[in-house]
Amino acid sequence: MTVLLTADWTPFGKDDYFRKFEVYNMEWSDIDLNTLSLTSTSFGGPVAVIRDRNKFVKVQGSGKPIITIYTTSGVYISSFNWSSGQIVRLGWTSSLDLLCIMEDGHVLMYDIFSNYRHTFSMGQEAIDTKVIDAKVFYTAQSTGIAVLTAAHRIFLINSVNEPKVRRLPEIPGVHNASVCWEVMCEDRHSKVLFARGKDLYSLNEAEQNAVVLDVDLGDDVYMIKAMAVSYDFKLLAIFTDRGKLWIGKSDLSKCFRLYDVRNTLIPVQLVWCGNDAVIINWGMILEVIGLKEECIKYHYDESVFLVQEVDCVRAITLQSMDIIQKVPQVVRDIFRISGTAPGSFLLEASKQFKKKNHRSNEYLHIVKPKLFLAVQQCVEAAGHEFNTETQKMLIRAAQFGKIYLDDCSPENYVTMCRVLRCINAVRSPKIGIPITHTQLYTLTVQGLMKLLMIRHHHFLALDLAAFLKMPESSNVIRLHWACYKVKHSNRNKDQVAKEIAEKLGFNKGVSYTEIAKKAADCGKTELAIKIIEYEPLANLQVPLLLRLGEDRTALVKAIESGNTDLVYTVLSHMRENIPLGKFQMEIRGFPLAQALYLKYCRLHNKDTLKDVYTQEDDHKSQAVCYIRESLDPKNSGMREASLVAAQESYKKAKLDLHASFCEEQLKLLKYQRSLEEKFKRDFVGKSLHATVKLLLSAQEVKLADKLRTEYKVPDRRYWWLRVQVLGELGDWFELEKFSKSKKSYIGYEPFLDICLKYGNRYEAQKYLPRVREELKVKYLVKLGMMEEAAQAAFDQKDREALKYVESKCDPDLLEKVGSFLRQLPK
Amino acid sequence: MSNHLSGGKVNIALLQDHLRKQILYLIDKCNGPKAIVWDEALAGPVGLICKYKILLDHDVSRMYPLKFGKLPVTNVNNIIFISRPQIHLMDMIADIVHEEERSGIRKYCYLFFIPRRSQLCEKRLKTKGVYGNFNLIEDLPCDIFPFDSDVLSMEVETTFKDFHLEKDPTSLYQAAQAIFTLQELYGVIPKVTGKGDAARHVWKLLERLDLEPRTYPSTSQIDHLILLDRTVDLLTPLATQLTYEGLIDELFEIKNTTAHFPSENFDTEDEKDIMSDKKQVILNSADELFAEIRDKNFLAVGAVLSKRANMIKSELEERSGMGSVEQMKVLVAKLPHILAIKKSLGIHTPIAELIKQVTDSSEFLDSLQLEQELMLGVDTDRVQSHIEDCIAHEQPLIKVLRLICMQSATNSGLKPKVLDYYKREILHTYGFEHILTLTNLEDAGLLKVQQGSRGYTVLRKTLRLTVEDGSEVAPVDINYVHSIYAPLSVRLVQHIVRHGGWGNLTDVLSLLPGPILDVKQSSRYCSQNRRRASVGSQTSSINDSPKVVLVFFLGGCTYAEISALRFLSQQEDSNVEFVVATTKLINGNNFIKSLIDPIES
Repeated sequence: MTVLLTADWTPFGKDDYFRKFEVYNMEWSDIDLNTLSLTSTSFGGPVAVIRDRNKFVKVQGSGKPIITIYTTSGVYISSFNWSSGQIVRLGWTSSLDLLCIMEDGHVLMYDIFSNYRHTFSMGQEAIDTKVIDAKVFYTAQSTGIAVLTAAHRIFLINSVNEPKVRRLPEIPGVHNASVCWEVMCEDRHSKVLFARGKDLYSLNEAEQNAVVLDVDLGDDVYMIKAMAVSYDFKLLAIFTDRGKLWIGKSDLSKCFRLYDVRNTLIPVQLVWCGNDAVIINWGMILEVIGLKEECIKYHYDESVFLVQEVDCVRAITLQSMDIIQKVPQVVRDIFRISGTAPGSFLLEASKQFKKKNHRSNEYLHIVKPKLFLAVQQCVEAAGHEFNTETQKMLIRAAQFGKIYLDDCSPENYVTMCRVLRCINAVRSPKIGIPITHTQLYTLTVQGLMKLLMIRHHHFLALDLAAFLKMPESSNVIRLHWACYKVKHSNRNKDQVAKEIAEKLGFNKGVSYTEIAKKAADCGKTELAIKIIEYEPLANLQVPLLLRLGEDRTALVKAIESGNTDLVYTVLSHMRENIPLGKFQMEIRGFPLAQALYLKYCRLHNKDTLKDVYTQEDDHKSQAVCYIRESLDPKNSGMREASLVAAQESYKKAKLDLHASFCEEQLKLLKYQRSLEEKFKRDFVGKSLHATVKLLLSAQEVKLADKLRTEYKVPDRRYWWLRVQVLGELGDWFELEKFSKSKKSYIGYEPFLDICLKYGNRYEAQKYLPRVREELKVKYLVKLGMMEEAAQAAFDQKDREALKYVESKCDPDLLEKVGSFLRQLPK
Repeated sequence: MSNHLSGGKVNIALLQDHLRKQILYLIDKCNGPKAIVWDEALAGPVGLICKYKILLDHDVSRMYPLKFGKLPVTNVNNIIFISRPQIHLMDMIADIVHEEERSGIRKYCYLFFIPRRSQLCEKRLKTKGVYGNFNLIEDLPCDIFPFDSDVLSMEVETTFKDFHLEKDPTSLYQAAQAIFTLQELYGVIPKVTGKGDAARHVWKLLERLDLEPRTYPSTSQIDHLILLDRTVDLLTPLATQLTYEGLIDELFEIKNTTAHFPSENFDTEDEKDIMSDKKQVILNSADELFAEIRDKNFLAVGAVLSKRANMIKSELEERSGMGSVEQMKVLVAKLPHILAIKKSLGIHTPIAELIKQVTDSSEFLDSLQLEQELMLGVDTDRVQSHIEDCIAHEQPLIKVLRLICMQSATNSGLKPKVLDYYKREILHTYGFEHILTLTNLEDAGLLKVQQGSRGYTVLRKTLRLTVEDGSEVAPVDINYVHSIYAPLSVRLVQHIVRHGGWGNLTDVLSLLPGPILDVKQSSRYCSQNRRRASVGSQTSSINDSPKVVLVFFLGGCTYAEISALRFLSQQEDSNVEFVVATTKLINGNNFIKSLIDPIES
């Protein structure tokens, strides 16, 4: 078996090998590569096919060229008729958009499914002077385009996402010789290597002038015919019409090899195979030229098209897609004939073990000291293989070796198993991404998932995410799927929204707002509204609904969310956009909105507030508004009018009592004004009680009495007031007279209290006989008549009262109280 | 530092840490020395999370209250405003920013909203032309503040008024957010029980907000959430609280666990505050003596204080008769503890004396007597002469209203004649403008006209709301917090805890306003291990670890209610621990005050 594996290996120099193996048998059939021009991109990108302008073709049909897009396994994806101007070159962006760069300086962008995306131009100068050639190049972040105009000016943009045209310095000299050029990127800026005749220039956007480069190409007279830059822009190959191939560093600081091809034809393609070799495509012969002295040839029996990859070259023919690469070191070590690498022995041991052969043990014995390395090698080598049987064989060997290791972390092994399953899945001809392990490492798993999403293999991508335990990516994929769904589905909006919600569920990473925005962006407002329904975060949901003009729904959602601030947001939005009357009608149906609006009006717009109450026939609230008005010192002139209005409203609200309060208040105000005139004192605004009190203090008892009867002041309160005022005035005579005028409504204790309050014990004693029996002891104590108090308590046989006296009295009385206490039964 | 928060089964210090981190994170966003301008209502609560000393470490060198006018001149270039999202505060901020602009020195302004920004405020700032002056406007989502190891408060006074008078549920949204903050720290609460419109509203929000992605810890530390709308029990906040802490709040007002007392009553040997005539006392469970007496009926406080005083005296006297080094060692070890108690006795003895002066006065006793008669249902139908006298003596309106509202509550509404009489008396005595306040009280259901059923009488019997056992000093039931009245709210909680839900109480519940709620909660974002864990531990945990119940009062709760809940969990047969959350700690005075119409003058 080992022998078989190395069958497609060709020795390349002393130690190394190159291999060429078929990955796909092409699915396409009726196409003629001789008359077509192919365009593909790295990481197993799709192939765009268009009639080659430079070849003679029998015109069929309308004569308009057709652009067809296949996977690299030849599966048809889409096609479209090209009806715009002359295409100079096709190209792919790293996110798989097809760039059609036209002669007139415009670039049209299509997605992989032939849907037109948009157009941008390479600048006015490019439009004016006609583009004769173009290059697409890849920077770390994005995809760039450079165009060469008929006037030999070069314009480039570093990112198709933000097409900002940069102009490169002018190339000196005349424009008659043939040219070739390549774009190179370093860090964040791009430069162009430009060759005309035998002159080589470096054109840098940051510099004013072109820099002439000096390079020794082995001849005195020559013309540069082709150039190639390696994927990482580190290495450069130059081919001259004298058949010389210069291979060296891209800054020309070092030449590795100057090789005489002995052929002065112009190569069909000149590409790098990783950083290992340069391949010249002569049409049906591929010549692989290494950096030292190696050189091999592959012969095809039909036209072949090469695609440069990070670590290999894809060769596409009508029949097949092959990969040509230098055999990876670890694979070479394991499989080469009479190899002595530990992995090689381990593989053999594993094979013998399977055959139940005792030699398994011998091999194991040999490899034992380096078993860990051996396992690592097998795992690594498995990653480089495309054949699943070989992968299994190597993985089995690794597994076998692992058993004999005590402390081998299974992580590498497990990861590789998982990764292999994933890349095998995407390599399937149906998917058609023949990615190598090294490429996956460069691209990253997320990058691969993105490629799958772009090709609408969401389900597979989701499987990978689940399999590789990357929940974050799952959400990204779901979101991408939903956005795609929204954009392309023309079915019933309810159904689409429901389907999306079912698939997405409720996940932290999924934003329905994003999806709805997408829907809104492609004009599907209704669908957007349906989708935004599922957004759990109201503060994202509501503003979008407002943007979509769904005021009512926004209001409902804001109310549901309970976040009153959102309700205010909607209200102020509505208030600004629809007439007041309509606005007020709209919000009537929403009690919360109405309440908040009223609250707002109460603070900021009192007239509107009254309007609303009038509309709602809320007379009680109206009355409250009027009363507030009447109390506002700013409208003291309007006081009466406001009160009258309040009274009316209360009447309408059937709150007669409150209406009568208003009426009374009006009357009182009027009366207070007359009092003010009479007494030249402040009366207005005082309460009835205070007014009566003022009158009593002014000894206007008659007036006070009149007020009292008019406003039905209760007797108790009036008596309290009289007693209090007389006390304040110190008019003890009047007080006594008053006490005798009628039977007191409040008892006679208050009389006594008021005298004591103003320090008149003599007057106080006068009321003692009329104090209620049960309070007598307390008041005797208050008057300081302890002995009498004790006696009274004793007479009433009240132990509690006696105790109270005991706690208050002088020491010399204690004995007496004590004896009283003893006499009373317990 | 704040270990008094970590006392319970649910470690409230976690919440404090969480909030502190958020504040410091935002403050650190602004580089260099900075000044903070505080919305004064926030300075207190935020102080519970983040002491000034910590802010100092984060380069906060100045603190100013938010008000109109220029800030004092400083060399600090960064000004951080921390404010609630209220329009009038925006005006003050705009004013300060304008003043700073005028001064000509370029200052960097930052604005942090607690708990979150509002569109109206931002708009206001735009109209005032200062919106662009802010380098950063951020939300500082502190929805609830840790007060003690079992007490949390949102410090929003207006919840009851906003929701029940103006139908504005803004602060209930904050309450729901607060519950989510707690769930994110302590796990999803599996069971929710509640009563009242506000409770249902919050539950609806919990359901709605659960759609938003969140992460929860895998185990639930809180077993049960009880949501109580204040309208369910309007009587309790009106009744005078008779616990030590409750009385301090009634008489001296506790704000953010701090109260102020007239300083002449204290021996100010240390921490002498020459500037102010008020003695500031921090009241929380960090003070061991206070933790012991706070929940006791005031009648029982004196005994504890004198016992403690004697104990300390004897312990200190032992010192003289001390011979051996060993004994000395023991004493020295105990000394800091003894001194702490001594110091705290020096604080609480004068406070108790101050309280006693009031509680012994006939004014206080007469009102209390009326309260108790009302609660017992004695003669609640007619006009109360004590109330009349209070009006005649022009006692504070709040006190009068409190008594009238109590009568309305205990009589299940007043007879129209009685109500009209009270109304007229109030308008005549205190002024016509109070018609607005009366309207508010009526709209809020605190004053109402009697309708057929006598709900309170039924409730009083079935729930044993009044118990006259005279056991204030050695209580056997929660009635001790109001001497004879067991708070209805706490009775309901007691029932829920015993039956794991409303159980057979539905008949009685129909007498109380608002819908009932009894549901299980599971979050869609909650991992399944929680369920697995709880299934596995169910068998073992039934008897061992106490259940933790979070009681959330929507519209405020009193200190007496908290004391009653603590009392319940301390009973021998109980296996619950309560954590009390509230929109605001209230008493009858500030509760009524929040409903008094602010008359613009």
